[in-house]
Amino acid sequence: MHVPDGFFNAGTSVAAGAVAAGTVTVCLKKASAELNDSAAPLAGLTAAFVFALQMLNFPVASGTSGHLLGGTLAAVLVGPWAGTLCVALVLFVQALLFADGGLTALGLNVVLIAIVPAFVGFAVFRLLRRALPANPGAVVGASGFAALVSVPTAAAVFAVLYGIGGAVDLSFGALLGAMVGVHVLVGIGEGLITAAVVSAIVATRPDLIYGATDLRYRPVTARGAEVAP
Amino acid sequence: MRAHTKLFIAAGLLVGLVLALLLSPLASSAPDGLEKVAAEERFDGTVRDHDLAGSPLADYGVRGVDNGRLSTGLAGVIGVLLTFGAGIALFAGSRALRARAHSPSGGRAAGQPS
Repeated sequence: MHVPDGFFNAGTSVAAGAVAAGTVTVCLKKASAELNDSAAPLAGLTAAFVFALQMLNFPVASGTSGHLLGGTLAAVLVGPWAGTLCVALVLFVQALLFADGGLTALGLNVVLIAIVPAFVGFAVFRLLRRALPANPGAVVGASGFAALVSVPTAAAVFAVLYGIGGAVDLSFGALLGAMVGVHVLVGIGEGLITAAVVSAIVATRPDLIYGATDLRYRPVTARGAEVAP
Repeated sequence: MRAHTKLFIAAGLLVGLVLALLLSPLASSAPDGLEKVAAEERFDGTVRDHDLAGSPLADYGVRGVDNGRLSTGLAGVIGVLLTFGAGIALFAGSRALRARAHSPSGGRAAGQPS
């Protein structure tokens, strides 16, 4: 869903850039306030992993592909503030080094691929966690479904933004339908990949998952490892 | 940081590198959802070439590496390592700045062994 240069008028690109810069600043403050000493390497790993997963385009329909956006995954793993920063960093690296995602569209891409999926995905994740029993399976299921929802939501936000400042006059309804339709399919892939990654970490180091800190199972193993010489 | 956590990070980074090196060359090269919709709804005509389209890693390839799969895989490895390093710098840097701001004497700086 990386937006290239030329899709949006200058005003909308600049406004999105300002929203992105402001949100990233707030995220930096919030993330550095709430994360502990292991946070920097874990967040770096999350960003690197999202970069790798974003390269893996999977087919979703005839002649169409999709790849993970990663906002929900990152938000579940390191929290919505740091998670947004992780994906924004990936977008920055992609735009500056890999010529993916326009330079003038960087703000739009941060809004669409980092901020919206991370916060929408994390909100859905939290709601589901409250409704479901507090166990590892619920963490996996909630993260997968939240990731699924986050992708068509981002696609809908694209349609709204394009209606405001797109370079071509289009029927808003037709664009919204087309974007959400194809991105529900991409979202299914997003949900499966997110659930698979969260499931693997739940099975190995559940204590490192931000969205699972309420689960205090296996405390003996974790503490035991800490005091061992 | 605990040894267990270091091991987890090393293992996670290794998995990411393997995905980038071996799996990314096999990824679908079909247009993504947005490109497909842009073509169907006919708003793809305004696209401009990327300003850095001539950069040595443009479009996830390493310039000078002729084997397409190897070029993509190597670009992925470079991207994963750079993103990991940049991420650590970003988060460690922001925590250090915060620690300095919150302790003017510098007495309790971040990074102090705990």
